[in-house]
Amino acid sequence: MKAWSAIAAGMLFGAGLTLSGMSDPLKVLGFLDVSGDWIPDLALVMGGALLLSAAATPWILKRPAPRFASQFHVPTIRSIDQRLAIGAILFGVGWGLSGYCPGPAIVSLLYGYQSTMIFCLAMVAGMLLEAALRRSKIA
Amino acid sequence: MNSIPFLLPLLGGLTLGLGALWLLYSLGRVAGISGIAWGALAGPDRDWRWRFLAGLLGGGVVTHWLFELPLPAESTAPLGLLISSGLLVGFGTRFGGGCTSGHGVCGIGRRSPRSMIATLLFMVSGMLTVYVIRHVLGGGV
Repeated sequence: MKAWSAIAAGMLFGAGLTLSGMSDPLKVLGFLDVSGDWIPDLALVMGGALLLSAAATPWILKRPAPRFASQFHVPTIRSIDQRLAIGAILFGVGWGLSGYCPGPAIVSLLYGYQSTMIFCLAMVAGMLLEAALRRSKIA
Repeated sequence: MNSIPFLLPLLGGLTLGLGALWLLYSLGRVAGISGIAWGALAGPDRDWRWRFLAGLLGGGVVTHWLFELPLPAESTAPLGLLISSGLLVGFGTRFGGGCTSGHGVCGIGRRSPRSMIATLLFMVSGMLTVYVIRHVLGGGV
């Protein structure tokens, strides 16, 4: 059961992204284009997801441990700093350029489009760059 | 079913929310896709992350087949735009500690002030970017 848990969670997440149309970057761009022909879909996706997440997350975290693991791995950082703000703003700019954020981009790989593969490779490169920057600052 | 407006986005949102809750309940992990993708490559605990990512693609395949959904068209973004977009998304999500799923769905669900601020910022910067590209420069996709 433990082995299936992550697969089941991933499948539900991938099914949700696909069913909601979020694997189509044009719909995402349509949501971000507030002064054009606005497509509200993404607001409903986030609304639906948040409805469940906000209602049940506190209840789950009150449990002594997860069902199939020894402890919860939830971020403990509380600081609202420059790092958070700069990262979020840069991510938003990248998101607005193509309409891809990580989840939908990975699901879209199944369509076999070259543009999605290029985006995902560039995304990994961006992550590697960030890791390199982090290491160089510590060193 | 596909003809009722807003029904599929709402159902889809509920479904992915359920996936995020199940991951937290069963394995105690946050369903932040940028973090999971990075962890699958860099570790530690690669195993469950690869399973989750495999499920992500599998869920997409099953849903297209089950609901007979048409495939979305390929993005028409030019190469330079795709690469810059990917670099910024990869760098930004790692630097800021999350993306639409980790901050937007899981973090806000946890009532994390950090995630609320991050979500507000990437929504606004995404909207400004689309505004500039589409309505100031008159280009983009």
